[in-house]
Amino acid sequence: MTSGPRMHDLTLAELSAALHRGETTSEELTRHFLARIERLDPALNSFVTVTAERALDQARAADAARRRGEAGPLMGIPMAHKDIFCTEGVKTSCGSKMLDNFISPYDATVVERLRAAGMVMLGKTNMDEFAMGSSNETSFYGPVRNPWDRERVPGGSSGGSACAVAARLAPAATGTDTGGSIRQPASLCGVTGIKPTYGRVSRYGMVAFASSLDQGGPITYTAQDAALMLNAMSGFDARDSTSAERPDEDYTAGLGAPLTGLRIGLPKEFFGAGLDPGVARVIEAAIEEIEALGARVIEIDLPNTHLSIPVYYVVAPAECSSNLARFDGVRYGYRCAAPADLHDLYCRSRGEGFGAEVKRRIMIGTYALSAGYYDAYYRKAQQIRRLIRDDYRRAFERVDVIMGPTSPSVAFKLGEKTGDPITMYLSDIYTISVNLAGLPGMSIPAGFAEGLPVGLQLIGEHFGEARLLNIAHRYQQVSDWHRHTPPGID
Amino acid sequence: MSIDHAAVQKIAWLARLKLAEHDVPEYARQLSGILELVDQMNRVDTTGIEALAHPLELALRIREDAITETNRREAFQIGAPEVAAGLYLVPKVIG
Repeated sequence: MTSGPRMHDLTLAELSAALHRGETTSEELTRHFLARIERLDPALNSFVTVTAERALDQARAADAARRRGEAGPLMGIPMAHKDIFCTEGVKTSCGSKMLDNFISPYDATVVERLRAAGMVMLGKTNMDEFAMGSSNETSFYGPVRNPWDRERVPGGSSGGSACAVAARLAPAATGTDTGGSIRQPASLCGVTGIKPTYGRVSRYGMVAFASSLDQGGPITYTAQDAALMLNAMSGFDARDSTSAERPDEDYTAGLGAPLTGLRIGLPKEFFGAGLDPGVARVIEAAIEEIEALGARVIEIDLPNTHLSIPVYYVVAPAECSSNLARFDGVRYGYRCAAPADLHDLYCRSRGEGFGAEVKRRIMIGTYALSAGYYDAYYRKAQQIRRLIRDDYRRAFERVDVIMGPTSPSVAFKLGEKTGDPITMYLSDIYTISVNLAGLPGMSIPAGFAEGLPVGLQLIGEHFGEARLLNIAHRYQQVSDWHRHTPPGID
Repeated sequence: MSIDHAAVQKIAWLARLKLAEHDVPEYARQLSGILELVDQMNRVDTTGIEALAHPLELALRIREDAITETNRREAFQIGAPEVAAGLYLVPKVIG
């Protein structure tokens, strides 16, 4: 392609059409994105590993398949995987020194499915260590920089994926979301991200952080692209014991449905103290535009929202301390030098292999689950988790979708919140309750405050992804925030 | 709930984490802060509320008791720190 829009500004749907018409090839596209990564990523640090040769092999295979007449909608389109998804024969670090030497012997289901759809993996993206963080600053590989302002964070934990998509280094990437890790970086980087309902996307081969909260999903330019990705990624998987046994859905089918009569719930708890006024103005304007498409607004209460952070910081660390017990320096991953005995081997391998935030969370979880404290912490948190879920249940008797900001502020400065873990935790106030309730949540570009992107959050009922994507798509047809690219990113 | 120096050491031992001695006071301060945040839960009366372990309250699936995985020991041991004769090696346990 020599004229028209730049190749890296095309959506997956547009790339698919261009490939179908023979205007470009997968190999040409793959070389284009690899060249961009090589040129632009040294200043952004969004990739841990670039798999150039493998990508070109996959691209040539996709081109050959297309010549044979095989052509699914994602065939031959490049993408990147968050480095939490196991990729056979490729380093899967999870942003940790613990797994810096780990070459996965198998593929995650998500990796397998996207490859089967013909997508080309460009590489693995940077992330907070073991997905624990909201700024991508806990990565063993150093922070990712926000392409809109390189002195600011991209959000986390899927910061590398959101940055790569925002900087047009990949037209799509995978992420995972335990407390906001897809939605918050999507918001801070000005891209579209969806966390599906718990159980919709297989967790098999996704390095576990908090198993009752973790969920994978796509980060893309548009809602339509997120629907295309989710079509390929989601669905029942017998290898994930909590995978939802539901028929596959075509998330693109209802994208164009009108929004007439749509009831939007606005939780007053999402618009109170702590919300940046500039962000509030953008969110209110975006909701007015959606109202103009035929929707109406209803004020709702989610009275236990303020408890979601305390509950999360028991549930997530408790599950993390159990999951991360597997890293013992014996079977894979980091082992300390010259252990004196078996106990020394465990303690030093873990002490040296994990970073400070991971150690904090393991210790909080260990404490909460230790003898005498289980009822006061873990059980109590699970009881309040029910109250939080029931708040949403009641709300969805009156509304079809809940909207609000994804994050209380725009991207903050690198280093601004690293000194105090609690300040960092509080930045996830609008996203965490969605994971506790297992609901689908989405963030879409809605405008700018202080020149930085603001994301609108959409929360749906269990398995209501199609409705969220429909609303987001209709909004993106009347807005162009998702088409803005960072300054200096040509 | 406040966590002192000795409590951090005990938790680190339970979690099999070796901490540098000079980092312990900072961990004590941070863990105390996190537990203080968590203590907001105590303002809620949860008498009679059933714990919610899982957002969808699914029943775990049961499968046939049949072999579904092949033996891939060699592939799995390629990345192991120390292996001999198909076994993982650790420092001597029995003196």
